Amino acid sequence: MSATLKQPFGAAFFDRHRCASHRAKLTTLIALVPALTLFAAFWLLPFSRLLLMGAEADRSSGVSAYLTLLTHRQYLISLATTVTLSLAVSVAAVAIAGFAGFFLARHRFAGQSLLVAILTFPLAFPGVVVGFLVIMLGGRQGALAQTSLWLFGERWVFAYSLFGLFIGYLYFSIPRVITTVMAACDNLDQSLEEAARSLGASHWRVMRDVIIPGIAPALLSTGAICFATSMGAFGTAFTLGTRLPILPLNIYGEFTNYANFAMAAALSVVLGLITWAALALARKLASNALGASV
Amino acid sequence: MSQRLRFSLQLGFTLLVCLFMIVPIAMSVMAGLTENYFQGLQSGLTLRWVSEVWALYSDTIWLSIKLAMACLVITTLIGVPAAYGLLRSRHRIAHAIEELLLLPVAVPGLATALALLLVYGSYREFRASWLFILIGHVLFTLPFMVRAVHSVMHTARLPLLEEAASSLGASPWQRFFGVVVPNCASGILAGALMVVTLSIGEFNITWMLHTPLTKTLPVGLADSYASMRLEVGSAYTLVFLLMIVPLLVMIQWAGKLTGPRR
Amino acid sequence: MSQSSSITLTQCSRTFAGGHVALKPLDLHVEAGETLVLLGPSGCGKTTTLRIISGLERPDPGGRVHFGERDVTALPIEKRDVGMVFQNYALFPNMNVADNITYGLRIQKLSRAEIDRRLAEVLEMVDLKGYAERSIAALSGGQKQRVALARAIAVRPRVLLFDEPLAALDAKLRDRLRLEIGALLRELGITAVYVTHDQDEAMALGDRIAVMQAGRIAQLGTPREIYHQPANAFVADFIGAVNRLEVQTQAADGTFCVPGGTLRAPHLAKAATLYCRPEDIQVVPIEKAQLKGRIIESVFLGQAQQLAVDTGNDTTLSVRVSSRREWPAGSEIGLMIPEQALFQPTAPGARAHG
Repeated sequence: MSATLKQPFGAAFFDRHRCASHRAKLTTLIALVPALTLFAAFWLLPFSRLLLMGAEADRSSGVSAYLTLLTHRQYLISLATTVTLSLAVSVAAVAIAGFAGFFLARHRFAGQSLLVAILTFPLAFPGVVVGFLVIMLGGRQGALAQTSLWLFGERWVFAYSLFGLFIGYLYFSIPRVITTVMAACDNLDQSLEEAARSLGASHWRVMRDVIIPGIAPALLSTGAICFATSMGAFGTAFTLGTRLPILPLNIYGEFTNYANFAMAAALSVVLGLITWAALALARKLASNALGASV
Repeated sequence: MSQRLRFSLQLGFTLLVCLFMIVPIAMSVMAGLTENYFQGLQSGLTLRWVSEVWALYSDTIWLSIKLAMACLVITTLIGVPAAYGLLRSRHRIAHAIEELLLLPVAVPGLATALALLLVYGSYREFRASWLFILIGHVLFTLPFMVRAVHSVMHTARLPLLEEAASSLGASPWQRFFGVVVPNCASGILAGALMVVTLSIGEFNITWMLHTPLTKTLPVGLADSYASMRLEVGSAYTLVFLLMIVPLLVMIQWAGKLTGPRR
Repeated sequence: MSQSSSITLTQCSRTFAGGHVALKPLDLHVEAGETLVLLGPSGCGKTTTLRIISGLERPDPGGRVHFGERDVTALPIEKRDVGMVFQNYALFPNMNVADNITYGLRIQKLSRAEIDRRLAEVLEMVDLKGYAERSIAALSGGQKQRVALARAIAVRPRVLLFDEPLAALDAKLRDRLRLEIGALLRELGITAVYVTHDQDEAMALGDRIAVMQAGRIAQLGTPREIYHQPANAFVADFIGAVNRLEVQTQAADGTFCVPGGTLRAPHLAKAATLYCRPEDIQVVPIEKAQLKGRIIESVFLGQAQQLAVDTGNDTTLSVRVSSRREWPAGSEIGLMIPEQALFQPTAPGARAHG
């Protein structure tokens, strides 16, 4: 009895299924259209314009801004400074926050969650606020200046230098690294450590042979995110001083002070390429990381 | 014994890092509440600076809230269907679209803002309205909504649930509102908190797009840091912290809801 | 292997933060060269016991752990000279097979030649010659566990510890690896403690088995003792299937009146309940039967047939019979239980459930 009934029923089912799959594709498309339209109209089109704009003549040199960028010392120095600063920040943040994050992930003690909260909440502070906090630390009235005045009778000020930027970038990078490292440590198989110890490995050997290799992808990925974020950080730099030779401030200066649109566009495109590549690398390393600029 | 020592050393180091994070915030909060920061606490505590901030900058606060809400509505209306579309697309296509939508986050806000100015800056009315800034915020926050909702849809095994619903005769609309939306509510919530937080704090794009009449909170902050007394800047920062910290607490709480269960 | 040591736990208990008592004060002695299996359901304290032996956990104050004559209570795992095999293999993913196996040897700073010699030796033992350069990701589950085993024995530990090593493998592979581990343990003659919740594994590998329940040892004995003279109802239930017959009346000559008939068991004392294993119940013609009942369910298992026989008074006996003959549900059946197959728990104890 089942054989006779099954045939027509099955056919009808597949027929309906084919029609349904057609409709399903349409539904998928309709669901995606609004986001894609918005993106195309307000990002893809404008950014293409920016891309072309960068090829136009620079105001001072008269040749293509891309070319000018690559041949003028001033821009190359900015580029090198920005990259070096961002790299230094990433390495420092990964080292400092990696260590603290590992400690917090592996120990439970009273007040531990408070420490985690203190270390992670500044994650969403905008760059301007971070800049202001650096002034609070290293400005003319900052914590350091007051301490040094009390101890040595002089004010030590670092906020308005590249070191001030370094401190500010470090400030917004640490929470990112802490969250990533803690998650990575939680996911790390604890029995790997136990196995290494059972074979006689000391604390530091376990660290070197098991833990660091185990969380290396997370460290690299979060480092790449810190790098990209620092490269593009505008708010902090803007608050601390507009004379510093770093790319975001150059872009802003070319655009507002000199109305040199071609150069501003060229610098933006180069900066964008660098941050995009760094974030793409980060995502490849840890498939669920999502970077945000400050 | 050596284990004790190691623990203490590590704890000490972590506390130093915490100090680095918390000291400037504490100083800023204090500066915003003291009569005269240069004289210190003995000059007395006051809410004078906070009320001055309110008088000078309350419109920036309202604009930021308005922007964040509008941004939330748009990213929800666009982002939830987009996440649904991504879930149903073939893997490679979904990946490519996600990469694309992520570009406004991956590329510095300055570049995005410049690009917008180049193409749409000449439309005077549009340029002068808050909607111009809204576009920037939506571009910047949309990927976060899509990502949050998409990942929840993914872990909820939504395609399977949907197949079950359609085997029971549910139409696409019934499935979307009866199965899809309720099952990714936690993702929408997480995404929404993220969108609001990021929109309220967004500076890089907004600074380039704002006009004297469309100043947001962070723009006002930068303005006050540059041109006002330290106490005013601090009080303003305090107001900002009071707005953003509850959101951050909620994000952590929502993260526990949607996070991996063990 | 050279110097296997005995293990002695004295009054070892373990209370976790929050007050949960994972292990009640426990005394346990494992002879040098012996394989002891810790068997029990999850949460019974078997893994905690293993971790106390390994040094990953410390017993509560007062508990002592000795390896041979030496008190190792204060030593952390890395100083205890133990080899450990984990359920999820715990192989270092950043090292290949050879580097995993020689990890402990490199920590001991043995000479290159000695390391190579031992590597070849253990690879041979676990039947993985030619796999030395493979990456861990390229191995199957069974191969991974053999690498883990090789890594643990390469350091020639005084004690070998297994934490449910076969639980992650599928049934066929589990059976094969169980045989291999058994052969290896006999060959090495090393002291081993093996944690499992699988009774077949326990029977096959253990010189002795400690059945654990709720943080204490319910019974310690050879597999035969555990199976045939379980100390209490929990052990009887946990190891294999068991039938329970409530005694209605008992005569002085060792005749017990139970639902469905009478049984003889003069070797048993006064008892409220008699126990027997399903495979010990024989099917006999009705007129010769000690017990009579009606078949309520019959399940064909291939190698045998499982019958559920209702002997009245709410008693259902599980009976294993040959699979050749069909036993339709509803038919009457006659049963006999040999005297020596009937037993009662040697010590009063809690029942497993209900």
